[in-house]
Amino acid sequence: MQRFIFRNKNKIALINGILIALAFIIRWTAGYMEIFTGLLVAASILGLIPIALQAYQALRVKVVSIDVLVTMAVGGAFAIRNFEESAIVTFLFLFGAYLEQRTLNKTRSAIKALTEMAPETAWKLMDDGEFEEIDIDDVDEGDTLLVKTGAKVPVDGRVLSGEGSINEASITGESIPVAKEAGSGVFAGTLLDNGTLQIVADRVGEDTTFGKIIELVEEAQESKSEAERFIDRFSKYYTPAILLVAILVFLFTRNVELAVTILVLGCPGALVIGVPVSNVAGIGNGASHGVLLKGSEVIRDFSRLDTMIFDKTGTLTQGKPSVAEVQSYGDGIDEARVFLASIERESDHPLALAVLDEIGETDYLEVTDTHVVKGGGITASVGGCRVIVGNQALMTEEGVPLSEQVREDMRRLERSGHSLVLTAVDGELKLLMGIRDPIRPGVADDLESLKKLGVKNLVMLSGDNQGTVDAISSELGLTRAYGHMLPEDKSAYVKDLIGQGEIVAFVGDGVNDSPSLALAHIGIAMGSGTEVAIETSDVVLMNSDFSRLPHALGLVKATSRNMIQNIVIAVGVVLALLASLIFGEWMNMSIGMLVHEGSILVVILNGMRLLRYKLRPSYRLGSRE
Amino acid sequence: MKSANIQLETLVCPSCTQKIDGALKSLDGIKEDTLKISFATSKVRFDFDEEAVRIEDIEKAINKVGFEVIKSRVK
Repeated sequence: MQRFIFRNKNKIALINGILIALAFIIRWTAGYMEIFTGLLVAASILGLIPIALQAYQALRVKVVSIDVLVTMAVGGAFAIRNFEESAIVTFLFLFGAYLEQRTLNKTRSAIKALTEMAPETAWKLMDDGEFEEIDIDDVDEGDTLLVKTGAKVPVDGRVLSGEGSINEASITGESIPVAKEAGSGVFAGTLLDNGTLQIVADRVGEDTTFGKIIELVEEAQESKSEAERFIDRFSKYYTPAILLVAILVFLFTRNVELAVTILVLGCPGALVIGVPVSNVAGIGNGASHGVLLKGSEVIRDFSRLDTMIFDKTGTLTQGKPSVAEVQSYGDGIDEARVFLASIERESDHPLALAVLDEIGETDYLEVTDTHVVKGGGITASVGGCRVIVGNQALMTEEGVPLSEQVREDMRRLERSGHSLVLTAVDGELKLLMGIRDPIRPGVADDLESLKKLGVKNLVMLSGDNQGTVDAISSELGLTRAYGHMLPEDKSAYVKDLIGQGEIVAFVGDGVNDSPSLALAHIGIAMGSGTEVAIETSDVVLMNSDFSRLPHALGLVKATSRNMIQNIVIAVGVVLALLASLIFGEWMNMSIGMLVHEGSILVVILNGMRLLRYKLRPSYRLGSRE
Repeated sequence: MKSANIQLETLVCPSCTQKIDGALKSLDGIKEDTLKISFATSKVRFDFDEEAVRIEDIEKAINKVGFEVIKSRVK
């Protein structure tokens, strides 16, 4: 019976509304007052059933809920035979609840889209050697599972056999499929584009990376700011207090009309729901744009940001050095390139890869007498020649003459932030290569957007030499840039700024910068969905996509504004209602209920605007999305 | 001790969570400090002692204060 009533609450609201409409039509057209009153009584009783039931359930667990206030108000109106008001109040209350549910579902849709990406079933290898489709909850660690083309990977695990390519966009944001073969790791929630894989489950359900992301977003929405906690405590006592006031007013004035009006006006609504709605919508928008915001505290701090500190390598730059310029001197250059490639092929120096990339496919020669000079380079014999590969210091040490032209080129390249690799064959300098870690495309525009959004200082900290750091800093228009910084120097710098009362964000790659990420008010990890990045930071840019930063900052600012608007609306409505009750003649419980429900809808709709939030074009530079 | 994760119908009213909180705390066997009711996701999580209370009874208690249980998972 009880369930039947709750399931059909919306139908009850509809019938209730029709009865009221009918009553007024009959009154205005035919003028039968008895029928008018009868219909209103029916509407009131019908509408009161679900409300009173909810009130009873609340009281049983010792909660004075809104339903209790409304039930008493309707009862009071009944007692003074004001059926018009009792009917209208029940309708507005039920209809309001219906609209709230509809709109709230919308604000939560962004999260729902995320959770719906979670796999639901898996094909498990059974004891009889056949695969059988089972519910995802029944998959255990160690199970062997089959993933077919077009299906979602159900768990985090390893490939046992088969080949295929997987779209890992749900975890890394990178939609270019990644090839997988026996031994490769796979993640739950990613999509097998083609091929067939047999995998073994290492982590299932909420323990998977995808499960953790979902949990994080859900928890973020739930985490409460100080303001919200205050409102929570407040509303716990507020509703019973209103009840008490209404009873006192009745006892002293014997005015039922006034007492029930206070009950309706006192319903807490917009105030309690306003802030969480902004939060949920803001975090939801972020989640669907590759920005994970960990809760409302993060939103508050982030929106008031003064200084943003960036790690250089891998954050502002691509983290992959490449040869930007090659200068050659004299003849026998082709031969020199082959020598260089042959030597670098055997080196594990970070710059060697860049050099090999530049030279491309070639015939390698045998290298003998290899001698590695620490902090200098390599000397070796190749093709009967003595070859030296390294920096300027090594060349001087080995007595290789450097012409004025070479020195000029070297100075120019160093000034513009290149690392240099020189190659000499039989005592003659042949090649000069300038290697640099290119800046991520679009970073300059994104930094400009951040400035426009109100970040006062953009600072870069790097372990690299000051020359490189200065070159990048002036190219990107940073406020300050420091080189030769070890991880502990970086965190000391962050601490120093915090000590000066600034609100500081640190943007880094989550692993070696974790002390700074943890220290800063807002740690922003450029994580490709790695667990460390997800856990140590306050904001995660899902696809390591730097261009998400301006969106993230714009979004938290919009969310903060939205919360303040909602609080102002809610408090304003309550004050206006109270004022009109005291000073006005026209206030009654129907109008009170209408305004009350209206204000709840207004704050929900206001919160929903955040779902569609996009950075305004004036903040977005360049043609990139 | 088992942990439960219950998905409810969409919670709308601000006092919903208070009601569910009251209903669950009146049962024996539920570890109160693990009880988390999420308004935004309409989910309830808690640890409970399966010898003191059955998950069916917990669901019934939630039903009694007026909320539909959509899915419950016990681990």
